Amino acid sequence: MPGQFRRRLVSRIMTAATVLAAVLAVVPLLLIFGDLVAKGVSSVNWDFFVNSPAAPGEPGGGVANAIVGTLIIVGLGALAGLPVGIGAGIYLAEYGTNRFSWIVRFVADVLNGTPSIVVGIFAWTWMVKPMGHFSALAGGVALALLMIPMVTRTTEEMVRLVPHSLTEAALALGYSRWRTSLGIAVRTAWPGIMTGALVAVARIAGETAPLLFTALGNLNFRLDILQPMQTLSLQIYVYATGPFEEWHRLAWGAALVLMALVLVFGLAARYATRARFSHGR
Amino acid sequence: MASLPGPERATSLSGRNTGDRVYRGALTLLALTLPAALIAILGGLLWNAWPSVRTFGLEFLFRSTWDPVAEVYGAAPMILGTVISSLLALLIAVPLALGVAIFLTEFSPGWLRKPVASLVELLAAIPSVVYGLWGVFVLIPLLRSHVVPPLRAALGWLPFFEGVFYGNSMLAAGIILSIMILPYISSVSREVLLAVPPAQREAALALGATRWEAVWSAVLPYGHLGIIGAVVLGLGRALGETMAVTMLIGNRHEISASLLQPGYTMAAAIANEFAEATTQLHLAALFEIGLVLFGVTVTVNAAARLLVWRVARGSAVGSRAL
Amino acid sequence: MAAERPIRLRTEFLSAYFNGNTAVRHVTLGFPVNSVTAIIGPSGCGKSTYLRCLNRMHELSEGAAISGRVLLDEHDIYAPEVNPVELRRRVGMVFQRPTPFPTMSIFDNVAAGLRVNGGQKRRDVAALVERALQRAGLWDEVQDRLQKSALALSGGQQQRLCVARAIAPEPEVLLLDEPTASLDPAGTVRIEDLVQDLSQEFTVVIVTHNLQQAARVSEYTAFFYLGELIEYGLTEEMFTNPNDPRTDAYITGRFG
Repeated sequence: MPGQFRRRLVSRIMTAATVLAAVLAVVPLLLIFGDLVAKGVSSVNWDFFVNSPAAPGEPGGGVANAIVGTLIIVGLGALAGLPVGIGAGIYLAEYGTNRFSWIVRFVADVLNGTPSIVVGIFAWTWMVKPMGHFSALAGGVALALLMIPMVTRTTEEMVRLVPHSLTEAALALGYSRWRTSLGIAVRTAWPGIMTGALVAVARIAGETAPLLFTALGNLNFRLDILQPMQTLSLQIYVYATGPFEEWHRLAWGAALVLMALVLVFGLAARYATRARFSHGR
Repeated sequence: MASLPGPERATSLSGRNTGDRVYRGALTLLALTLPAALIAILGGLLWNAWPSVRTFGLEFLFRSTWDPVAEVYGAAPMILGTVISSLLALLIAVPLALGVAIFLTEFSPGWLRKPVASLVELLAAIPSVVYGLWGVFVLIPLLRSHVVPPLRAALGWLPFFEGVFYGNSMLAAGIILSIMILPYISSVSREVLLAVPPAQREAALALGATRWEAVWSAVLPYGHLGIIGAVVLGLGRALGETMAVTMLIGNRHEISASLLQPGYTMAAAIANEFAEATTQLHLAALFEIGLVLFGVTVTVNAAARLLVWRVARGSAVGSRAL
Repeated sequence: MAAERPIRLRTEFLSAYFNGNTAVRHVTLGFPVNSVTAIIGPSGCGKSTYLRCLNRMHELSEGAAISGRVLLDEHDIYAPEVNPVELRRRVGMVFQRPTPFPTMSIFDNVAAGLRVNGGQKRRDVAALVERALQRAGLWDEVQDRLQKSALALSGGQQQRLCVARAIAPEPEVLLLDEPTASLDPAGTVRIEDLVQDLSQEFTVVIVTHNLQQAARVSEYTAFFYLGELIEYGLTEEMFTNPNDPRTDAYITGRFG
């Protein structure tokens, strides 16, 4: 009987330990979000959104340039990355039984695990160095390469989910292969593909490392994509590691705005109507 | 109804599907972008790292001098720092992540499952630079005032906790990394545990096992390969993580046994010095670090993929984190 | 009997294979113009595979192959110059489960086949959609919600929608692969009535495992067993006086 008691006690303790683990995992999240709001909200006002940074050490200034820069560079990344990722994903779903597809799939997984700083080096090597200067465009290329493998795999998954019976029905109706693929399979999977795309956009919106020596950052308001440009993430990095009290305050404000931006994309992804299939499989 | 126009009845059977060829060709080109990008990454790294590889040879990996003035470069402190910070992160994150995964699949009441899982996965949505910011202004002061003093009082005689604690340190980097990789390990482990057939635990329970014994003796052994895969995947993430580590680790080219001392990682070295490297050899040395980092993460990720392939079927792990 | 009427579609020594395994063996069979032919037999007898050879859907499966000939109006549909996409516009098909396209409205579902054919004017499409829905007996039920999703329809309605979609481009042959397998009795009756009406204009081939259904809707019946055609003839004769003992055993319910 004591053995029985001990076993039950161990079971109880270990169950409690897993509960504790869950609590400990959630605590940092609450702390980080709490601090973001507590320390960031006081910086966020009208000036913060419409002004570019003040001279170092001086009070005031905002992140208007960084917000616009983030949107431009993320937009460039999405513009270049989404068509490639979605196209490659459709290829894998439609023709994905040959050796080449196996390679593409494996490469997508390798690229997915590649550190973003290495992707930054890639963009520097092939964009910044040949052009001779840092640019928002190079940053966009780096972000595009980060999102391509993610979008490829989610697109493939979503197109594969479309019931075979639907594509068969289209073929039996005299649809050609490409029309069946685009008009039936991709169209049916489109909400899911968009969800994957938005998740990928949310991820690259917060990236810093691949922009350090591509977009570089810029203290002024610039719209020329062939010149260095600021993003929220770069600004947070510079301000957080800088010596001024005022900068730290602005860093928290910028972090709050960046987090909100990422969450907006994330929520949009979640509520992008998911693909619905009436057919049992 | 008789007057309705009839459709033009197709009377021929012939015709070519050029559209299909164009479509397939275009998609093939887009798919080709991925292998091309991989080759471009690898080629760029090799080409630009070559001066350093030729000058220093294998010694680059074992030397601890990093002197841009004398043009002598060795990556040992960064390589070691990368490994130590990542292992420290695993040490903290793995038990927590497994606990979370087990709690969510085995013990949690149904209504709590989704909110807890979403909150933990939300950790993966926080940008690295925000972790860094929080680490600098919240975590480090917290360590200084509440964690390090008792730690030294209890374990100060160990070499791991020697020296003065300035804040930026291996310990701070390891802790922030552990928080960052936790959602990846826990969500993949959870998928692995969910894939364990219910019959496994039912059989154990039918034999009179307690709920924990069923988990420990039936569920975990069944999913052990996948769980190892999840851990290796977390390791891959930790090895390549850049911003938060750069902001917290102290960036010092020295090897120290003490976790309270500053260190360096490969990713942090690239982030800090790349834009400022003035000589060709300095840049080449940074490229070689990039090459090593790339090689290591590719290997680790490939290993993780092979382990979790059956369960996660190579899906973009963590993409559900948002 | 069968030979007296013109033949729309026929097969000569047609065999079908999956990865080298024979699913259909040496079937020679003809389908007269404007008739309903039922193909019956126990599951796994190759009747569905045979049907899928008639519009070249079989070849879409991994490891599929055929030998022999299939002639539509005396043209070999497996001849090298034949485009299977063109062929399938002339040989329509309805499947076991209803397969409305979920992203399209009721109208667009029926118009789908017309639009890929090209050459139809907008107004014509509307008229042809209406006619197809009327012939499928669905017009009265859906005319006021043509722009709604097809998924809101009942299973039986969805299947009639699929019939409307298949007949809208006016194929010469209509293949039905167990079209009532997933329907309730009421839906089944509607489809069966529809099949008989359709034989006024189309050459209909229906695969079914339901003998009563074959007896009710078809003029001719072919009995398949283990991939081979065992017996073919007028439905009435085959059900009252089968020649082959295996046919007799099957229709009297002794196996299958």
